[in-house]
Amino acid sequence: MLSNLGNLLLFLNTFLGITIIYYSFENLKSSKSSLSSKIYKYSLIQSTSIIICFFTLVGAFIISDFSLVSVYQNSHSLKPIFYKISGTWGNHEGSLLLWVIILTIFSFLFLIFNKSHPKKFRLYTLIFQNFLILGFLFFILFNSNPFENLTPIPLEGLGLNPILQDPALAIHPPLLYIGFVGSSIYFSAAMASLVTNYSESSFASSIKNWVLISWSFQTLGILVGSIWAYYELGWGGFWFWDPVENASLLPWFSMTALVHSLIVLEKRNILYFWVIILCLLTFILSVMGTFLVRSGILNSVHTFASDPSRGVYILIFLSFMIFGSLFILFRKYENKKYFINPNSKETFVLVNNWFMMFYLVTVMLGIFYPIFLDALTNNKISVGPPFYNTVIFPLVIIFLFFMTIGPQAKWIKNRFENIKILIFILLAAILINFTIFYIFKRYSILSNLLVISSLFLIISSLIDFTQSLKKSKTDLARIISHLSFGLLVLFIGLNHHFAIEKDFNIKLGETKNFKNYQIKFQELELKDYSNYKAVIGKLKINDLKKNQEKILTPEIRIYNNPQTLTYEAAIKSNLIEDYYLTMSNIDRSEYYNIKFQKKPFMMWIWISVTMISFGGFLRLFKNAKNY
Amino acid sequence: MQKTIKLIIVGIFILIVGVFYLSLNKNSNYDTRNLVGKKLSEIHIESFYEDKYLTNDILKKNNFLLINFWASWCSPCRTEHPILMKLNREKNLSIIGVNFKDKKSNANLFLKNLGNPYDFLAKDELGKHSINFGIYGIPESILINNDLLILKKFVGPLSTADYKEIKSIIIKK
Amino acid sequence: MKFKLLTLLIVFFLFEVHASSSNVEQNQIFKNIRCLVCQGQSIADSNSDFAQTIKLVIKDKIKEGKTEKEIYNFLIEKYGQWIVYKPPMNGSNFLFWLFPYLIFIAGGVVIIMFFKKKENN
Repeated sequence: MLSNLGNLLLFLNTFLGITIIYYSFENLKSSKSSLSSKIYKYSLIQSTSIIICFFTLVGAFIISDFSLVSVYQNSHSLKPIFYKISGTWGNHEGSLLLWVIILTIFSFLFLIFNKSHPKKFRLYTLIFQNFLILGFLFFILFNSNPFENLTPIPLEGLGLNPILQDPALAIHPPLLYIGFVGSSIYFSAAMASLVTNYSESSFASSIKNWVLISWSFQTLGILVGSIWAYYELGWGGFWFWDPVENASLLPWFSMTALVHSLIVLEKRNILYFWVIILCLLTFILSVMGTFLVRSGILNSVHTFASDPSRGVYILIFLSFMIFGSLFILFRKYENKKYFINPNSKETFVLVNNWFMMFYLVTVMLGIFYPIFLDALTNNKISVGPPFYNTVIFPLVIIFLFFMTIGPQAKWIKNRFENIKILIFILLAAILINFTIFYIFKRYSILSNLLVISSLFLIISSLIDFTQSLKKSKTDLARIISHLSFGLLVLFIGLNHHFAIEKDFNIKLGETKNFKNYQIKFQELELKDYSNYKAVIGKLKINDLKKNQEKILTPEIRIYNNPQTLTYEAAIKSNLIEDYYLTMSNIDRSEYYNIKFQKKPFMMWIWISVTMISFGGFLRLFKNAKNY
Repeated sequence: MQKTIKLIIVGIFILIVGVFYLSLNKNSNYDTRNLVGKKLSEIHIESFYEDKYLTNDILKKNNFLLINFWASWCSPCRTEHPILMKLNREKNLSIIGVNFKDKKSNANLFLKNLGNPYDFLAKDELGKHSINFGIYGIPESILINNDLLILKKFVGPLSTADYKEIKSIIIKK
Repeated sequence: MKFKLLTLLIVFFLFEVHASSSNVEQNQIFKNIRCLVCQGQSIADSNSDFAQTIKLVIKDKIKEGKTEKEIYNFLIEKYGQWIVYKPPMNGSNFLFWLFPYLIFIAGGVVIIMFFKKKENN
């Protein structure tokens, strides 16, 4: 029943998509300046029906309707209700439906919120967006249909991979998708802008809020994924430079570049084609990321389900997007002459874009190079954290300096009046840095420079912040985001540099000493839960220097449906540091492998990223208020 | 000038899409089967029975040597055992079995029940020796000639096809 | 005056904070070695049989006084380049390491080109 309803709604949506495209073309011919009311009506029905379609699927997961293949493969009747619901988008088919929802809703919202812009531009945006919607609807209907039937109806489902049964992972996909599927709307708008010659600053104002929405959500989405990896995957890191993680970072870099260069386009009416390229690039990278993740050509810790036939479809879709947009771009491209003063705000925004493109290319190369080498020469190599850290971090230092000076500059022509203050801030940053390293007694040039440059940004942002409280016209959003980025780099640097790690094997009852720590393996307990059994260890950690005791209880869980073994880290966190401990059994032995880590300022890394994203939301609210 | 740049950009994208297409049909999982044609530096591994080391000397007996890593706790090892028993009858080939992270009593029982196909028997209690042979999971077998040159690697249990391949290699010379 | 004081303090710290350690960092090596039987994890993060074994061997090699590079080369010899997360800088990989910087320089040149136009006009 639900399957029929779902399929019906999918077909209805396909039909509506085609209808909207048809009426839009019809409407283009008419001489009226306003849009036909039919288009609004159909768009509204389109959004409503896709939402109903999605809730049909959610319903099927809640009542465990195993006549649906996707429910059978990813759910189980004994699963907690929360994870039944989140399981809807925790799998390939359901997540594609989420894709289409976001495409459709953004399409509708863009239509109704941009009434001040010309009809032609709005209609073309709608047309392009509906082509994207249709592309994904076809993908769902012909390849990955969540409403596909299964006969005979199985009595029980296979269950969801237990490491995916997690609150963070329940909200991770929606956040991330609002980010990179949301970027579709300015892909369509950019195409429409090229086709209708609707250019320059008014185009910028039509998309700036959409860029901010997707950027802020993308930032949050990446953060939540990272938090999940931190406590679920048990390695104690938050970013592994894994190809799948990197794939989500690519659109973020181009979005960040876009957020900045849009300001230039809006204020100064220059860089139009560069902005268009970034708009197109962001969504192309999003789809490319989806291709890489879903096709299974990457070897990653995050690969949970993949299938080459999906890959072929997304690749065809991607090719259409790439070559279609290139075709239109090249047809319309004009080599405009820009005059930019080397010492001006414009230059600093360009510098931001310059670095973003460098990060983008580096990360992209890290993903592509092994794939290319394997496809063309059959050599398999790995590119991991050392590559990214070595290539990227030295340049982050320079980047942070530009990030501090840039916002101080004025449009068109700038003169630095506050060089003295900047030098003073720099000296203070250096001093604080050495104090930190003097207390901890460790030394590394790179860490020092990172800390100095981030402190430089932080202090100068803080000064900006206090001054902004006195002024009426301020850019609080920018200050907060920049300040938080400085904090992020600072805390990552400190976290990396001052972390303590110890990996050892231990038997029940034994005690292990290292540095000023003593770890005692006190107890081992077996517990039965409704959908898993757990082996729970109890370890006492004694900080002999501070005379502090902490009890950590890591678990090894044996899930029933599907049969899986997971290792649950025990984490004690506060604002200053995290104690992180994982326990795993060693085959054919009574020893357990313990990985103990003390990681300073973990919490601050999460807080910093949240604040970066908050800056984006703040700017958005301000824009909405002025609107 | 502008035209060349456009062509280059289109070319790059065609390359990317093409490579993506090629990779779709490739296995993204890694194994070491292709690492042949290199030489092992030496054979130096503890004997299973006595307190001594097996060395390059064991190569003198035959032209080819099959190094097989196994354990009594590994169930695929049971599957491949009959193949090893069959290979044992080949003339031009010696087989060395390396007992991996195992208990001596269990290993003896295993051989008693299923037969002992090995001309030499060694042990690797901590698994450290396995790294010198580039082993990353058992069962795994390496075929070398008496120059210590790696001719073939078999990851996972030996199959009948593998048996035929080994036979064709050792008969050729 | 304030500047001088700050600078003096910094110079003082520069001399004080100097105890850099040169011994081979075991954990760092573990993090750079890929666990072949896992999906995209390093041996530091994995507890598979393979990871356990290879950790033992690396500890031995460190005790023998082998350098980080020698250990990597040893493992590449045995398992192929796949095993290290840091591709060695040789042959075609050299271009791979260089490429990001070439792009960086190219980007800088493009920005400077914007300035030049102004002088011509």
